[in-house]
Amino acid sequence: MSNEDLVSRRGFFMKLGILFNGLVAAALTVPIVGYLLSCITRGRANAYLSWVPLGPLSEFPEGETRLATFRNPYVTPTDGKTADTACWVRRIEGEQFQVFAVNCAHLGCPVRWFQQSSLFMCPCHGGAYYQDGSRASGPPERGLFQYPYKVQDGLVTIQAGELPTPGASASLTGKKPTCA
Amino acid sequence: MRLIAQIGEWFDRRLQLAAPIREISEHPVPRNTASWFYVFGSAALVVFVLQIVTGILLALIYVPSGGEAWSSLQALNHDVTLGWFIRALHGWGSNFMVAIVLIHMVQVFLFGAYKFPRELTWIVGVFLLLMTLGMAFSGQVLRFDQDAYWGLGIGASIASRVPIAGPAIVKLMLGGPIIAGATLSRFFALHVFVIPGMLIGFVCIHLLMVLKLGINEWPMPGRLVKKATYTAEYHELTKKDGAPFVPYAVWKDMFFAAFILLAVAACALYFGPFGPTGRPDPTIIQTVPKPDYFFLWLYGLLSYLPPSMETPALLIGPVVAIAFLVLLPFLSGEGEKSWRRRPIAVLAILLIAIVLGTLTHLAGYTPWSPHMNAWSGDPVPERFLHGATALQRQGALVFQVKQCRNCHSLGELGGQRGPALDSVAVRLTQDQLIRQVIQGGGNMPAYGKNLSPAQTTALVAFLETLHPAGQAPARDASRDVVLSDAQEKRPGAQP
Repeated sequence: MSNEDLVSRRGFFMKLGILFNGLVAAALTVPIVGYLLSCITRGRANAYLSWVPLGPLSEFPEGETRLATFRNPYVTPTDGKTADTACWVRRIEGEQFQVFAVNCAHLGCPVRWFQQSSLFMCPCHGGAYYQDGSRASGPPERGLFQYPYKVQDGLVTIQAGELPTPGASASLTGKKPTCA
Repeated sequence: MRLIAQIGEWFDRRLQLAAPIREISEHPVPRNTASWFYVFGSAALVVFVLQIVTGILLALIYVPSGGEAWSSLQALNHDVTLGWFIRALHGWGSNFMVAIVLIHMVQVFLFGAYKFPRELTWIVGVFLLLMTLGMAFSGQVLRFDQDAYWGLGIGASIASRVPIAGPAIVKLMLGGPIIAGATLSRFFALHVFVIPGMLIGFVCIHLLMVLKLGINEWPMPGRLVKKATYTAEYHELTKKDGAPFVPYAVWKDMFFAAFILLAVAACALYFGPFGPTGRPDPTIIQTVPKPDYFFLWLYGLLSYLPPSMETPALLIGPVVAIAFLVLLPFLSGEGEKSWRRRPIAVLAILLIAIVLGTLTHLAGYTPWSPHMNAWSGDPVPERFLHGATALQRQGALVFQVKQCRNCHSLGELGGQRGPALDSVAVRLTQDQLIRQVIQGGGNMPAYGKNLSPAQTTALVAFLETLHPAGQAPARDASRDVVLSDAQEKRPGAQP
């Protein structure tokens, strides 16, 4: 074995130093990545979702669509007003409801209800929906997002907690989206 | 004077920076690059410095908390002495920076500066553009108002369309399940630490390469770039026809930079700060969110893309565009530099400018959006009701009450989502009008379930009156024949 092939003491320690630093870096990466991704991992298995009450049945007359607001079930101390959320509640008859997210299924702008023409219209790109939430016209690819609901102790209650977006909609509504 | 020289010497003995600084500032540049066309890069850098300074000043007051950001902006606007001016400088500085970076890029492209050996300078520049746009968007988020809130919603809706990873990306972007305090905090971190840090690093690399490789010479038609000979030719040029950058060329950079700073200050003084608009309260839905100026074209594009094309266009479009910009110097790294002999390059720039300009212009008045208050705010002009029958008047009422007006204008007033109806009777026959109203189609909702037969009859009677005085309404030519045939066949009909 020639002298050049021999690993010198210093060279060995330098390599050991690199390895040591690499190990420490790898060990630190685990908590850092865990911290960064906590907002995703925490949301697994619908942990963000809860049942929240919107109000007593009497607030929602039959055959009408009313705006209701609720406080998002998952809040942090700095959320302020942003954790307050609005939704459109359509009471078809009796305990039969449809609860729509205000977010347009196109890009999430707040849709407004027009009683006279029985349409939801979006101010951003002109999406329009019929009273049952199905797509009427414009750029949306599907109908309005719907929250699962139930009537409990005379209160209209919905399962909410996540911003409805076109991609994440499957987890929001228990059933298949109403497509046009 | 001697004391200053002595102090300077004391420092330089330790820092040893005087010699390299002199070398850098006096490096020879080709004489004809001392041009007003070569001032945009330095101007962008100067505006970036302005942004850093004003940004730090704003951070003295601004609170990156979902609950308090909006109020702290109000305090800056109204309570803190000259807070409004610093906000205005930062806001206008942002617009100017995007504009100057874009102009710089166009100039560099048209002068062929991205060709060998400056490929990497161009690629780093592409990333600098993306970071500048990232700063513009995240800055708009920090102005935590209704536009920022719903703008984030648009961003989340776009991000959610990524296959499989979409929902996870949305949560990562928002810092949680909804747009809230955590969202603002992470955009603050991006806007104040992450992107500026990367910008500073990339600007240094960009500048270093400009110094090491030399500024792009003024392109001469017919003088082709060849990898084998370019470097030698460039050195020959700077040796034969070169001049020290300082002071030969630098004075133009300085004048232009000062002029730009003055323009930013003038805009800030005259127009004032941007927003904030309404409080970021998602329960206030009476809002028409709009992005800042440099994203308006995207807002316009998103309303014109057919629904089926939207997701692929949103996800693939940016990747293709960025890949093309990055690959450009490898696709045409040699050859002609002068824009006089590169018609496709010039046409491409013109085409992009016209497309972006048109979309921005359209997004300024959003003809695709319904006018939410037209049905109750814009009356039917009197001239459309002159001599109208009771039925037609009733139809005009239906027209207003059923909010047709939100999408259809009459006498220039009303929405522009659908066609103007001033002369609709010339285009559609009675049957076609009835069909269109009841079944919708062509981007119009169907009103069949929402109109009683009587209302439809009245509405169509009114619509049939909408034709210019000298022009007859459209009619179905076969209808008369069919009707008269039917009359003839009727038993007992008079011949």
